Amino acid sequence: MSGNVLVLGATSAIARGTAAAFAARGDNLYLASRDLEELKRIAADLHVRYGVKVHYGLFDAEATATHAAFFQSVIMEMHELSGVVLAFGLLGDQQAARDFNVAEKIIASNFTGAVSILSHCANHFEPLKRGFIIGISSVAGDRGRQSNYVYGAAKGALSLYLQGLRNRLFASGVRVVTIKPGFVDTAMTFGLPGLFLVASPQEIGQKIVQTLNKSADVVYLPGFWRYIMLIIKHIPEPIFKRMKM
Amino acid sequence: MSTLTTPLSGWGRYPVESCELERPERYADLRPTTDTLIARGQGRSYGDASINENGRVILTERINRMLELDARLGILRAEAGVTLAEILPVIVKQGWFLPVTPGTKFVSLGGCVAADVHGKNHHHEGGFAEYVLGIELILADGTRKTCSVTENEDIFWATVGGMGLTGIIGEVTLQLIPIQTSQMMVRHHAADNIGHLFQLLQDPALDDRYSVAWIDCLATGDQLGRGIAMFGHHASAAEYKSDNPLFSKPKRTRSLPFDFPALALNPLTIGAFNKLYYYKESRKLTPFLADYDSYFYPLDAIGKWNRMYGKRGFVQYQCVIPDQTALEGITALLKVLSDSRRASFLAVLKRFGAKGKGMLSFPLAGYTLALDLPIRDKGLFSLLDKLDKIVLQHGGRVYLAKDARLSAESFQAMYPRHEEWLRIKTEIDPQHRFSSSMSRRLNIGGTK
Repeated sequence: MSGNVLVLGATSAIARGTAAAFAARGDNLYLASRDLEELKRIAADLHVRYGVKVHYGLFDAEATATHAAFFQSVIMEMHELSGVVLAFGLLGDQQAARDFNVAEKIIASNFTGAVSILSHCANHFEPLKRGFIIGISSVAGDRGRQSNYVYGAAKGALSLYLQGLRNRLFASGVRVVTIKPGFVDTAMTFGLPGLFLVASPQEIGQKIVQTLNKSADVVYLPGFWRYIMLIIKHIPEPIFKRMKM
Repeated sequence: MSTLTTPLSGWGRYPVESCELERPERYADLRPTTDTLIARGQGRSYGDASINENGRVILTERINRMLELDARLGILRAEAGVTLAEILPVIVKQGWFLPVTPGTKFVSLGGCVAADVHGKNHHHEGGFAEYVLGIELILADGTRKTCSVTENEDIFWATVGGMGLTGIIGEVTLQLIPIQTSQMMVRHHAADNIGHLFQLLQDPALDDRYSVAWIDCLATGDQLGRGIAMFGHHASAAEYKSDNPLFSKPKRTRSLPFDFPALALNPLTIGAFNKLYYYKESRKLTPFLADYDSYFYPLDAIGKWNRMYGKRGFVQYQCVIPDQTALEGITALLKVLSDSRRASFLAVLKRFGAKGKGMLSFPLAGYTLALDLPIRDKGLFSLLDKLDKIVLQHGGRVYLAKDARLSAESFQAMYPRHEEWLRIKTEIDPQHRFSSSMSRRLNIGGTK
């Protein structure tokens, strides 16, 4: 059964992998991001490879005032939406994020912008009593670490928001899934030292789409990250604060 | 953009040099960012063509979008990082095939252009470049230039076969060929020796769209150059009757999980394999059907097969010798090889048709011999120098996409159009920013 899926932040590697996995099972797509040249290329590629219809349009997570009109235009073009994948995010430079202006931008992209667009999506799906929302958060949101706590705080807030949304929408049969990727081979991680067991974005994309056939609410990808984070979350704070992570 | 400094090699795993990798994900980021750089697709050239010692290497693997497929005219426009393995399932089911394909599908489209690759059909249909309708080349100053046989013609002919040294190939528009089925109709003929093998490859009664010969290069004396000639064409709907003739089953690849010990491939094991292979394959005299994957890409079934040659790697030596002197030259090469008792696990002989217009393109009308030789000691390199001399004496040349060790002098003697090529390169890349370990070794662009 093919549906129509909106991918927000569609130019990231994980989003591309996810969009490809949706297209492979026959879903038509609406790809959204700030970079129209890239969107055009990705849309053309998914159409050539999978024969599905791929629409695309401009979307800026930080420009929350434009989100209502954007979402309306997506509904106009797709008529019916079966679900949404929120894949945008901004890692930012942690050193620079000591400056609040930089930190604010990281929060605006990862959290405020996400809440804004997801409000429109939730309000759309709730009365229809169907649909899914997949939010790509991060393992960085599970515990604050000196190496990326501003990004981590924003993603942690997003995870909490998705949790609340899941609770609210459960009664209407709208599925909300939180994805927490570990190390994925993307532009964000390329060349970083100390990475291990790095997953490919195609593989992560396929697993993200597969979660729709399962009942899990919070999914770590690859799955072993659940245990890594379990350990990290349980290190007592007096010890954790001394660690270099 | 963050970079990764790491030891890097080509498919032959020799030489290994430290390079600084950059992997753009957006087309806009596919541009020169440093003083010296070379683009790298899948790293399937064998030697040092896609490495750049202590310099930048731009990985194009994420710039791999197929942008347009005209299913009526069979024209594909795609970004250069896309692999033939990605293209094939998409085009085959619509009744199209690659006009020319090398022996592996795990190569990028950009790499096929940069090396002006050839296939088993060169004697009829020429090289890859003949089917390239246009490219977008990203120049040293970051500008994008459309090049084709009618637009910026000289840059086009300097870029096809130009080993990535004129700029970064960003997009390629390719003319495909029509097929009726996904299957190949194949016939094998055994040859007792090299002379017989040449006769088979030349025989118009046997000839087909694709032809290639495998040589048992451990055979000596009267049997020197014995082998199997293999002919094939895309099976017609009449030859392959099926409700779904264009269907092809996706193949699974199993990878070699570790490096073989250096001595795993020795004259004894290779000799045993060759005997077995010769007798097994020579019995396939009646035509048989084979899917395109196993026909064109038998080695792709084993991922990372380069590990078979051990940690020290191997050199693939591929040369072409013009028609008039081919039998004599190739016999001389096989003789030297056989006398050296260095076994080549893979020895392949193919026919080439008339040369194309690429200034540094490899093919010329004649016969091409490819040998895989494991690196066990320095003696191999003096043997290869000896082979170069024979090739030069017979008016032939060595294939740059396979090469790791040719001298600048031999290169210049083999590629008479290199000066013309260098003039065009210098016009569009005056500071010689596009530079690889190969270009410095061959002294074509960039200084050491």
